[in-house]
Amino acid sequence: MHNLAFDIAHLLAGGLVLISFMMLYQDRLYALLNIFAAHAVVLALSVAWQAFIQNAPHLYVTAVIALVFKAIIIPVALHRIVKQLGIHRDIETAVGIGPTMLAGMGLVALSMVLMLRVTGAADPLAREDLAFALSVVLLGLLVMVTRRNAVSQVVGFMSLENGLVLAATGAKGMPLVVEISVAFSILIAFIVIGVFLFRIRERFDTVDVGALDEFRGERR
Amino acid sequence: MLAENASWLFRVTPYITFAAIWVAAALVPTFATGLEFNWSADLIAIVALLGSARFFLALAGMDVGTSFGGIGSSREVMIAALAEPAMLLMVFCVALIAGSTQLSTVATFMASSEVGLRVSLGMAMIALIMVALAENARIPIDNPATHLELTMVHEAMILEYSGRHLAMIEFGAFLKLQLYVSLIICVFFPWQITTEGAGPLSYLVSVAAYILKLVIASFLLAVFETATAKVRVFRVPEFLGAALMLGLLGTLLRFVSRGF
Repeated sequence: MHNLAFDIAHLLAGGLVLISFMMLYQDRLYALLNIFAAHAVVLALSVAWQAFIQNAPHLYVTAVIALVFKAIIIPVALHRIVKQLGIHRDIETAVGIGPTMLAGMGLVALSMVLMLRVTGAADPLAREDLAFALSVVLLGLLVMVTRRNAVSQVVGFMSLENGLVLAATGAKGMPLVVEISVAFSILIAFIVIGVFLFRIRERFDTVDVGALDEFRGERR
Repeated sequence: MLAENASWLFRVTPYITFAAIWVAAALVPTFATGLEFNWSADLIAIVALLGSARFFLALAGMDVGTSFGGIGSSREVMIAALAEPAMLLMVFCVALIAGSTQLSTVATFMASSEVGLRVSLGMAMIALIMVALAENARIPIDNPATHLELTMVHEAMILEYSGRHLAMIEFGAFLKLQLYVSLIICVFFPWQITTEGAGPLSYLVSVAAYILKLVIASFLLAVFETATAKVRVFRVPEFLGAALMLGLLGTLLRFVSRGF
């Protein structure tokens, strides 16, 4: 039973890393949003499974928050933003997809090596959760770095936060207050970013952040 | 019928490729482990045998000197250069989990309850299926039935062959498909496979199970081929890059799994 419980936790966390890679691979905006929703669903499943095996009912609340906010509200809102902005649906990547994937593999390898070395004495479940969470965070950062479009940068930011939630659930004894406040601060950040997107769009007629660089006088 | 400037290489290649693929196909345990040549049924040896078969076929494609053979060979080698690393990474992933690259050991391990539920194996399986589609010139990569200039890969390479040579090559291609399907079955679905010293009834059951699995696999292949379209040649690196990535990710994830 214990082995199976561990295997399922491993499966879900590994699935989260895999979906992060699908995000890197994706070059269409709507498909990216759908993948982000899938990311949040897998996160919710993973957190719920952790709640089940750790016997920690407050984690179910975290799972429900992840499911409602990140799998439903934020993707739907982003869909509407994309529609209202009327922007180009192809994502322009700063680096090609191939090198990005290779960089992603490097980051995953880095986080595994780092986490396995640092957390030698910890519980194996927490260990693998931390390693996967660090890779999800780094992959989210990579999405933000390699995309020029502001909407896909927002998606990268949100997936980074999913990695943080995964890390928080792996560590036993994270108080619920912290998780709820993190979830709400993310929602606030999302609203602020949404407002900013419209402002950027109003001023520059595009959400390509390259326009901001040019406006500052940093011409490439 | 042979081209006038065909060399000896052109004439022996069908036999070489057929022999290599035949040996490789014979090494894969289909319904029973514990065979006489189990010690040589190594995943890496099978990859090498298939690689040498492809090498000779690509040489023969360029031998006569027509432009079609050249374009077919160059495309085939490009696909192979991407598919082979993906295949090897998948082999590493499976070998790390099963503790051996020998197919009968792998099959015995996978059939036992020790395996559990592993995300690495799922990734390795998808990677192997993608590689198998590419290597067998199936639809998302290449169309085995096409004779349209722009899309031919494997067919362009063997365009100069006719008669018994073509028959050998075609038979080799069929065997290769059977090999890959058997490989997928043997590594990931070795249920009902007979072990050494079992009774004759158990052999009958496992033969029936093997045939059933082959039929299911062919059905799934046909469904997949009708549901997808061939991709552009320039998209092939992305397709196989995803397979490579899955193999690598599976290998990496294995290091944080249970018992390591």
